[in-house]
Amino acid sequence: MNHPMPPETSEAPLAPGQRLPRSERKEFSAEALQEIAAIAAKYPDKLAATLPALHIAQREFGFTSLDAMKAVAKALSIPEGHVFGVASFYTMYQKQPVGKYHLQVCTNISCALSGGAQLLEKVCQRAGVQPGEGPSKDGLWSVEEVECLAACGSGPCLQVNHDIYDEYVDERKLDEIMQACKRGEYREWAK
Amino acid sequence: MAIRTKHDPQSYTFAGFGSEKYPNLMLRGAGDLNNWTLDVYEQKHEGYVAMKQALKMEPVAVTEEVKTSGIRGRGGAGFPAGLKWSFMPKDTPERKITRYLVINGDEGEPGTFKDRAILEYNPHQLIEGCIIASYAMQANTCYVYIRGEFLWLIEKLELAIEQARAKGYLGKNILGSGFDLDIIVHRGAGAYICGEETALLNSLEGRRGEPRVKPPFPAAKGAFGQPTTINNVETIAAVPPIIRMGGAEYAKLGTTKNSGTRIFCISGHVKRPGLYELPLGLPLDFILNELAGGSSTGKKIKAVIPGGASAPVFSEAEFSTPMDFDSVRNAGSMAGSGGVIVLDEDTCMVQACLRLIRFYAHESCGQCTPCREGCNWMEMILHRIEHGEGTLEDLDVLASLTPRIAGRTLCALGDAACGPMESMLKKFRHEFEHHVTHKTCYVKGHELLAKVGAH
Repeated sequence: MNHPMPPETSEAPLAPGQRLPRSERKEFSAEALQEIAAIAAKYPDKLAATLPALHIAQREFGFTSLDAMKAVAKALSIPEGHVFGVASFYTMYQKQPVGKYHLQVCTNISCALSGGAQLLEKVCQRAGVQPGEGPSKDGLWSVEEVECLAACGSGPCLQVNHDIYDEYVDERKLDEIMQACKRGEYREWAK
Repeated sequence: MAIRTKHDPQSYTFAGFGSEKYPNLMLRGAGDLNNWTLDVYEQKHEGYVAMKQALKMEPVAVTEEVKTSGIRGRGGAGFPAGLKWSFMPKDTPERKITRYLVINGDEGEPGTFKDRAILEYNPHQLIEGCIIASYAMQANTCYVYIRGEFLWLIEKLELAIEQARAKGYLGKNILGSGFDLDIIVHRGAGAYICGEETALLNSLEGRRGEPRVKPPFPAAKGAFGQPTTINNVETIAAVPPIIRMGGAEYAKLGTTKNSGTRIFCISGHVKRPGLYELPLGLPLDFILNELAGGSSTGKKIKAVIPGGASAPVFSEAEFSTPMDFDSVRNAGSMAGSGGVIVLDEDTCMVQACLRLIRFYAHESCGQCTPCREGCNWMEMILHRIEHGEGTLEDLDVLASLTPRIAGRTLCALGDAACGPMESMLKKFRHEFEHHVTHKTCYVKGHELLAKVGAH
């Protein structure tokens, strides 16, 4: 039966022969290794440091590339397969490169009731990229449609990288945010 | 370091808030960006008074006090917190047990934004609650699991923990009581399912956030194989006021079996969305009309989701329901996490339903077949109805799907998806039928679905 199919909300599975994008970096810096060791020492089991180590890897490598996962496995002496399993489970580990400013728009019910869907459309239009498409040509922007960011009372809500939310985002505010990004007033993605 | 400097536009108060009738126990100083420090907490909000009081009591007496207060877990299930604490095994002369307290700050339920306010404005109240709860259960390590998106709040909480440690409120031999405690903040990475307690434990242990088979329950075998208690941020933040005012006094707030105050998160089509800390048992229409100012669009309110996205919707007939755990359950929904989402007359229920089901289909961990496949099928069928290609049979298929998902999965995510699906289809079936026969929405006004990506 031929009927419309919903859009792929999670990352599309890899096609046969398709590989995850590679990152330039292959190894952790010495400081990052120290940081990971310090985190692992806090838990009774070093496996527990997988999530924090992947966050550090994403910061260092720019995104969670296969090399980043391998580096995490090496740093913690845990199986590479385990790290891949974890990294592929959680949506905040970006498996492909993102822009300098990763724009995350919530379109869940509360935000949608106050215009989240329209905000996402506008963000895509301004940034010139579709959600999940990777960085724009100038490398500045990437867009992601995310689920509830816990700003339901003040939606629609936009999160830039890991920074503070901007709430009640309308067209004027979106312009302000994007200008502020260009001026470097927001923390960059890999910082 | 990213301490928030921009003013937060949220509404935290209403006329009469802070009076005896509507006591302010959880949102003290909310909205004031300088409120989070240890100094302000100690000087203005009776900070760490309860902790000093509790450390002089027997651990069992602290648990008893919380039991007397009758506080029920604010995370969703509404399980009595004191009872949960008393399940933790005690040390025997032969064997010393390592116990853990885990705080669930994975606030992912659509419509809920209370934990965020506590972490933003009163992180010390949470830390004080952690100390008291850990002392009551004699746990020496407390993990606070916070969702990955809240990076700036994690940094803030870590600073607050440093402040408490410098004052001697954390670490070895707290204030000479002989009790040691360390709090470790663990950052999640964007998975709604990690709000489920055993999935959260897996995530804490560095695994995929897949819920575990119960039993064994966490009180027997939890984090790192040790007895563990998992409480919501709001539940633990309510502990200092309970100890300060005494369990019996706290129990007088709210209704008999649903004592205390809770933070209602009101969002959607109301004039004053925001956080409202209220005693349990106030009628929903009073909260919506008197406090939140009624509909913001001038249209009538058609439906309300009373307890976060997973709760079955209320239509007009149920608007007078008192908002406490038991009354909401008796009315056919659940009080859940306290997220009240208001939908006005112009909202298409098919779109609202599709948006919610898409969320569950996306967030299903994939472990149990009924949920993984069922949620995806519900999404596909709803998508097809929304795009005008549905048939009337589809509605029966949807109705037959929900009882095959709910109750047949390891955790409550399957049930959560069926809550809105089943209730919306039952109460607003005419809108679904209209979509099938007329190939368009029954009402037009709000477009809830973005037209981007590959549709």
